[in-house]
Amino acid sequence: MLSKRLIACLDVRDGKLAKSVRFVNTKDIGDPVEKAREYYADGLDELVFYDITASSDKRAIMLDVVEAVAKEVFIPLSVGGGVRSVADATDLRLAGAEKINVNSAAVARPALISECAEAIGNQNVVLSMDIRQVPKSDNCPSGYEIVINGGRTPMGIDGLAWALQGERLGAGELVVNAIDADGTRDGYELKLTAMIAEAVRIPVIASGGAGKPEHLKEALTTGRADAALVASMVHYGDYRVSELKRWLHREGVKMRMSW
Amino acid sequence: MADPIVIIDYDAGNLRSVQRACAEVGADAVISNDPVRVKAASRIIFPGVGAAGSAMASLRRNGLADALRSAVDDGKPVLGICLGLQISLRHSEENDTETLGLIPGETRRFRLDRPELKIPHMGWNEVRPIQPHPLLDGIEPGDEFYFVHAYYPAPEDQACVYARTTYEDDFAAAVGRGNYFGVQFHPEKSGRVGLSLLDRFTRWDGQC
Repeated sequence: MLSKRLIACLDVRDGKLAKSVRFVNTKDIGDPVEKAREYYADGLDELVFYDITASSDKRAIMLDVVEAVAKEVFIPLSVGGGVRSVADATDLRLAGAEKINVNSAAVARPALISECAEAIGNQNVVLSMDIRQVPKSDNCPSGYEIVINGGRTPMGIDGLAWALQGERLGAGELVVNAIDADGTRDGYELKLTAMIAEAVRIPVIASGGAGKPEHLKEALTTGRADAALVASMVHYGDYRVSELKRWLHREGVKMRMSW
Repeated sequence: MADPIVIIDYDAGNLRSVQRACAEVGADAVISNDPVRVKAASRIIFPGVGAAGSAMASLRRNGLADALRSAVDDGKPVLGICLGLQISLRHSEENDTETLGLIPGETRRFRLDRPELKIPHMGWNEVRPIQPHPLLDGIEPGDEFYFVHAYYPAPEDQACVYARTTYEDDFAAAVGRGNYFGVQFHPEKSGRVGLSLLDRFTRWDGQC
């Protein structure tokens, strides 16, 4: 049987590792290539780089980071942050990214999803969605709303409807990032994750809020996610990747246990 | 001088990850769409992701289909990966495509009853060798490889099946005949166990 995946997300700004708490006050915590190497050796199943570089003239640094990591890390590598065109996606793929994450630019122009799917294959296009809980309304009947710009701009788009539209447009996978939970370490938004995972036929990655191994188990069982994304709980050395996988395995979650 | 390893480039996805993985195990590999270089190679990797229809059209247009057939006939070690394995069979349900026919059988789309199982089959899954092969040496029970595919190889002759994997049902994860060997998973994305398989391929004499 297919294993559940443990994915680590590295936020990168100007070529350096950063981790945001509620997307505000990011602080540098090290070299992304070194971290990638460490997690790979420790049994990580998949790696995501998210480029949060603000100035466009420094964006090329990300390609160098991806290139350096791809030379040493032989698991799927997913890259996102600021992907606005097929050309952006193709550049990252040539540098060594397997999958491309699209987010804000796809909200602004949904055709970006289908264009990328056509150019690099559905299975390589990941739609990353930042979602917050809101009162149910005509615009947002699911009670969840899409936000962009790291959570600062609400879009008045229903979270569930956007997930379904993303699947129709050709996304091969969805990242459900709960903005309310991001960086809190209080646990994933299980209701949101399960709602989307039940509605689509493509894999769903739970994101935002992981702080304890129990949270990962919840996301992969009741949350119905195919993969759990972690960041701060491994970046700061509180947990090792291998330790999380062993714990999940002991708890009966199917994980890849030899690496 | 013959190229040590040629990775066949036929507009079927990004092949540099395969090249990087070869470099990691100490093997020089060139990416080429030149049939002359393919014929001159000492060994060939035939990777690929994407659709069978356009892949076959590209192989035929560039003269690569014939070059690959003659390399297989000459006894050169050939490793098919993912789509490269699928189009080594006779026919693919994907785009109803006549494929290379190096191995009798066809490529079928997953038809799954359990709604929680997604298509494509994407992620890490166990590969269980069912008969010995030099390229599968050292694979231990529980070793998992990375898969991304919606279609799977179904060879006619079960003697060609070297390893199986279970999604809803079992399917052939490794298929071989003589100097040809194909894997449905991606060794270049499968960590240490995948790199070991590539390493064994770079030293394989094509006998099994």
